[in-house]
Amino acid sequence: MSVNEILAGVSTGAFIVAALLFILSLGGLSRHETSRAGVWYGIAGMALAILATFLSLSVAAAPWPYVALAVAAIVVGAAIGLWRAARVRMTGMPQFIALMHSFVGLAAVLIGWNGYLAPGEIAHELEGIHRGEIFIGVFIGAVTFTGSIVAFLKLSERMKSAPLVLPGRNWLNLIAVLAFVACTVWFIIDPHWWLLVVVTVIALLLGWHLVASIGGGDMPVVISMLNSYSGWAAAASGFLLGNDLLIIAGALVGASGAYLSYVMCRAMNRSFISVILGGYGIAAPSKRDAEEEGEIREASAAEVAAALAEARSVIIAPGYGMAVAQAQYPVAELTRILRDRGVDVRFGIHPVAGRLPGHMNVLLAEAKVPYDIVLELDEINDDFASTSVVLVIGANDTVNPAAAEEPGSPIAGMPVLHVWEAEEVVVFKRSMASGYAGVPNPLFHRPNTRMLFGDAKERVEDIVRALAEVRV
Amino acid sequence: MRIGIPTERAEGETRVAATPATTAQLIKLGYDVVIEQGAGARSSFPDAEYAAAGATVVSTDEAWAADVVLKLAAPTDAELAKLKDGATIVAMLSPALNPALVDRLAALPITALAIDAVPRISRAQSMDVLSSTANIAGYRAVVEAAHEFGRFFTGQVTAAGKVPPAKVLVAGAGVAGLAAIGAASSLGAVVRATDPRPEVADQVKSIGGTYLPVDVEVEQSADGYAKATSEAYDKRAAEIYSEQAAEVDIIITTANIPGRTAPVLLTAADVARMKPGSVIVDLAAANGGNVEGTVPGEKIVTSNGVTIIGYTDLARRLPAQASQLYGQNLVNLMKLLTPGKDGVLVLDHEDIVQRAITVARGGEKLWPPPPVSVSAAPTTAPERAKADDRPAPAKARRRWLAPLVTALGAVVLLTAIAVAPDPLPRHLTVFALAVATGFLVIGAVHHALHTPLMSVTNAISGVIVVGALVQIATATELALPHLLVAILALTAVLLVSINIFGGFAVTRRMLGMFRKADTK
Repeated sequence: MSVNEILAGVSTGAFIVAALLFILSLGGLSRHETSRAGVWYGIAGMALAILATFLSLSVAAAPWPYVALAVAAIVVGAAIGLWRAARVRMTGMPQFIALMHSFVGLAAVLIGWNGYLAPGEIAHELEGIHRGEIFIGVFIGAVTFTGSIVAFLKLSERMKSAPLVLPGRNWLNLIAVLAFVACTVWFIIDPHWWLLVVVTVIALLLGWHLVASIGGGDMPVVISMLNSYSGWAAAASGFLLGNDLLIIAGALVGASGAYLSYVMCRAMNRSFISVILGGYGIAAPSKRDAEEEGEIREASAAEVAAALAEARSVIIAPGYGMAVAQAQYPVAELTRILRDRGVDVRFGIHPVAGRLPGHMNVLLAEAKVPYDIVLELDEINDDFASTSVVLVIGANDTVNPAAAEEPGSPIAGMPVLHVWEAEEVVVFKRSMASGYAGVPNPLFHRPNTRMLFGDAKERVEDIVRALAEVRV
Repeated sequence: MRIGIPTERAEGETRVAATPATTAQLIKLGYDVVIEQGAGARSSFPDAEYAAAGATVVSTDEAWAADVVLKLAAPTDAELAKLKDGATIVAMLSPALNPALVDRLAALPITALAIDAVPRISRAQSMDVLSSTANIAGYRAVVEAAHEFGRFFTGQVTAAGKVPPAKVLVAGAGVAGLAAIGAASSLGAVVRATDPRPEVADQVKSIGGTYLPVDVEVEQSADGYAKATSEAYDKRAAEIYSEQAAEVDIIITTANIPGRTAPVLLTAADVARMKPGSVIVDLAAANGGNVEGTVPGEKIVTSNGVTIIGYTDLARRLPAQASQLYGQNLVNLMKLLTPGKDGVLVLDHEDIVQRAITVARGGEKLWPPPPVSVSAAPTTAPERAKADDRPAPAKARRRWLAPLVTALGAVVLLTAIAVAPDPLPRHLTVFALAVATGFLVIGAVHHALHTPLMSVTNAISGVIVVGALVQIATATELALPHLLVAILALTAVLLVSINIFGGFAVTRRMLGMFRKADTK
């Protein structure tokens, strides 16, 4: 056995170990206690994979300037990545993750093109398959790329988050997919370079259109969907290069994103297909009920503080508005004060609260709210009836009683937090505008609801101050 | 329009249909309010306070001559005669139990609304007088028990020795039961509760009680399915009551079934097993009682020294509180009936709440109302079931879709592996196994960790860097087209490195923030 053969065997073995480490990493993330170890498994797997690849590069005797440049590219990328990761605010996580997805998508496109430019040595009967793999990789990668870019732009408010409505948009999507299939068949038979360009452009446009026509409220689904796509893009590259590690890691990520999308869709009682084809915000005919035009009662911060001081138990239901107002720190402070006074304070998190799966949990963790009082919908929904005060901070559709009570409502059947069953509900809101779903919220007119208008952060700070004056 | 509040003249009645606070709210809705002289006296609301709230204090006849009369108890014939034509009367009419009264009301040119017939839907909770009354009764039951019980409720360690806490059993965790559990546990007692609905366990726990489940022995039937018979259930429940009776100091029973005789939960033998000085409060006394030996309206002491309280007027024993809650229920009803807030009562029979409470209108008998389709029991469980029902069509559509997609996928995979030339089947196998592993691993991830999971998967998908690096190896010359390949690959390496390092770093940063409560 030559030295090169031994080295090649070592790198193959390293790839398998890396793949196992990735599986361990995802498994570790299932619980708080093991999550930190899980990240280390992931880092170890990645380090092993990269080292093994460099090993095989030396085996292949790649020209040293390229290898040096590759090392430089990794160092520069690492510097940028670490710098951004340290700087990004937790409220900005959704757009950060969206942007990261776009990089994987673009990389998959570049690798696909390279697969055309430098196909390497391929047996004749595999040529057709190789071409098909190039197209699938480029297609998924390009859709991921532009889709993520649009999601990033929408989430960072550089682009209107309202859904884009083009005439016959479902037909446009279908035509794009059919055109892709046709081009792929053509390319397999007769590989013209311009077909690759056409498919790239079609996929870029499709990705753009898919996400542009989805409203901001559906972003948790979109992000997890793009997460899934970035995994499939990596897997497609794995097929193209015949690399099992890429296939395994890509499939893991793809499955993970798909499962998260499924969880998110279930939390909104919507079918996955209808979300990815858009159309939530548009088809929301607001049924004007007598009830919805009822009276609203306004509360002052001092009144809310007094109610909280006397409460036995308090549940806080946060939403995207809390993230926007950066109110998680005063909310955590309020929680600490109330808990010190012996009030049972818990958080009820709807699965789609925020713009990212688990977004609220991260924000609250950042503000040092203990995670064991942060509960999810199913865990806490039965407890609202025995709760003294519920604070709804920047949430709207996720606490809308219409979902549970009005069969005709556009969000009927969506599981919601039953905040209205509590003795008293205080809704923090900037104005009377409706939520992302565009559905009026009868909660605001309930007799046990009081509204506290203004910036959530300032209002919570007012309450904290007022609470200091209320004697225990 | 003018609202009249007459004095309640029923035997032993201490309450009134409006307090100064609710009077002010009625006036805010645009009504004039007149109140009979002394109407609030027994609830400790003097006339002067009503006047200060904006009401006019008037004589009996004037109060009855108003456009809308708000009352507690059903009106007598003499009182009905004082109503003017076209007037509206709101009271606890119990139309289901009083067909004769319904007929009399229907014979008059008036509108009669039964506030106690409000359907039990979430929207109408604010008008549910039965809940308000049950809440008061539950609280008062504890106070009555504490009054008779010759010991502390709370446990204490004093210089004069240790005092054990009182043990309280609450049978039935409805509104009254929960109120009793809350009141007893805030007095410091050890509270246990029973209820046939296991889903109330959390509610009981949340207000300080311990739920005692009826742990039925499951018997194996011939077809192999586990089956619990209702006899076995009843037998075990009776055993629990017998066991508890011997142990606890105070029992409060709240098992009431509207319109039917209350079930007997405690037999005479159970009562005989209780310790002398123990107290039983039977909230179902008016319907026959949950305890053998209860005398409705009376307090009795058994031969073994157990006090059984069968008061049927617990709400009246807290007149000011009961009036306030009842008055607030009425205000909430009037809000619904006064959409314009202009003091004009409008009855909309399209609305199920308004239709359900209307017993008679302008000589027409409207009882019983058509059944309310959205019925929600006081517990949340049926409501959740209701929410689950709705997406049924979508589910039905998906039911055949899932197996179809699975079958289709299996066929495609099979064909691909069978037909494709060599390395592809191996890759497909790896791919399929990895997808399955991914789903199994991710299915267990805690909801709160979804964001860290996403950033870690993002970093892992950066493994595509391996692909880019491998492609650099194919560029063996420093000239076109190899240079182009290298440039594209290097760009990919750069981008994805940001992912790898950024993704892992940000995940570590996030996970570092999650902490548990006790690690302060």
